[in-house]
Amino acid sequence: MPESPRRTAETESVAATVRLESVGFGYTDAPGVLRDINLILPRGSFHFLTGPSGAGKSSLLKLLTLVERPTTGRLRLFGDDVTSLPRRAIPAVRRRMGIVFQDFRLLDHLSAFDNVALPLRLAGLKRADYAGNVSEMLDWVGLGDRMADAPPSLSGGEKQRLAIARAVISRPDLILADEPTGSIDAAMGERLLRLFQSLNQLGTTVLIASHDQALATRSGARILRLEGGRLVGDRS
Amino acid sequence: MIAARPRRAPGLLPRDSAGEPWLAAVIAILCFLACLAAVGAASADRAAHGWAGQLRAEATVQVRPRVGETGAGAAARAAETLAGVDGVAEAEAMDRETAEALLRPWIGDAVLPDLPLPHLVTVRLDPDAPASAVTLSRALAEAGLDASVDDHSLWRGEVERAAMIITLLAGAAFLLTALAAGAAIAYATRAALAAQQSVIETLSLNGAADGTIAGLYQMRFGLLAAGAGAAGAVVAALLVAGLRGLGGSDGISPALPLAWSDLWLLSPCPLLAATVAVVAARITALASLRRRR
Repeated sequence: MPESPRRTAETESVAATVRLESVGFGYTDAPGVLRDINLILPRGSFHFLTGPSGAGKSSLLKLLTLVERPTTGRLRLFGDDVTSLPRRAIPAVRRRMGIVFQDFRLLDHLSAFDNVALPLRLAGLKRADYAGNVSEMLDWVGLGDRMADAPPSLSGGEKQRLAIARAVISRPDLILADEPTGSIDAAMGERLLRLFQSLNQLGTTVLIASHDQALATRSGARILRLEGGRLVGDRS
Repeated sequence: MIAARPRRAPGLLPRDSAGEPWLAAVIAILCFLACLAAVGAASADRAAHGWAGQLRAEATVQVRPRVGETGAGAAARAAETLAGVDGVAEAEAMDRETAEALLRPWIGDAVLPDLPLPHLVTVRLDPDAPASAVTLSRALAEAGLDASVDDHSLWRGEVERAAMIITLLAGAAFLLTALAAGAAIAYATRAALAAQQSVIETLSLNGAADGTIAGLYQMRFGLLAAGAGAAGAVVAALLVAGLRGLGGSDGISPALPLAWSDLWLLSPCPLLAATVAVVAARITALASLRRRR
């Protein structure tokens, strides 16, 4: 028996990690940064978000990380409406995400080890419980010998790998990455792409905002394209 | 080569090596002043209680001799009567020489022999159950003596009032220093939050709740204030101990007697400083964080 349209929508909503319904966003001095965005990222999906500079990629990621709120429309994350989520409830949602920032946002006063351990520490884990995982992750991203070094002593590529290691260390349900391969060589870029793909195969939803059209194409992931604040393309 | 990982988790907030020593110095000075205020209050209270206790233990009776009776005789009869009253430890008629000796510092020797002096009886009261002025007056009246009793209650009241005012002022000074310490911590917390905005955002985006971030500042400034409070208390303790050691139980003056037990008053200083800092840091941090998006 075919499912009723309403039941299909409900099932989709529950299964979707991210759902935007007619979402608009803008600032007082720059309205219409994002316009009428309708988007569903099903659980376990892998998407690239592409578009020229100023298309709204970073703004969309800010909405998804709850740094900003939609000015219109509705945003659902992990099945819950978070459009007007109270501030006190935000940390619990963010703990289900791994975020890779374009500017890395590493803590310069902490070692590489402690930067990667940050989400686990904030989740209340003890050092003895996470030390092994963190070391393993640092080895995996090729920073096993830089564990005790602070970010200012790392190169741009090393910082980027460190930021990615921090984003994925807690095995989040959703990974949001803003230009995660921008500062690293092609080989490391491919390797990190494989890391994202491995996590995706374990059920993690991945959304990568990137200028690197070639990488997006090679990944075989669905590609979303933003232009002028509108979602203009969605292709595999 | 695999680098050894650090064994202890470091603080999540960067150190403000430029500002924190100054803040610690300010807190230490405020704690030192608060400690002196506390010791001053205790000392004033002790002095007032001592004076009031002495006044409470004594009464003075002025006897007016009846016709045909000498003043000395009337005073002796009054002393004998009062000695038998419950609550009186000792009653003694004051002879003229003693009365003159009391007046000599104020009026000199010249006129004393010609001056008519009141006939007084000094009464030492039982410190545990002192007789009241009414009881003494009644006993004197029953003995047919014309006399008035001064139990020093007026003077005692003034002394107790003065001591209470000094204690209140010291308490106010203590509270003001605590408020000043709280304000300094609040200012430092706001400054730190502003300077470490990117760190706060990173913590927040990695799942730190406002309460967790506020907790980091509480811990930082609580520990700083505890250390500074301890330093201030130690300096105050050394000063009090020095004054007590040099001046004996009178300290710097009989008006402000010091006791070794006063040093115990200083022991809660680090804890109180830490409590003030923790509360100020939490309130300020949460308010600042909530003002953000």
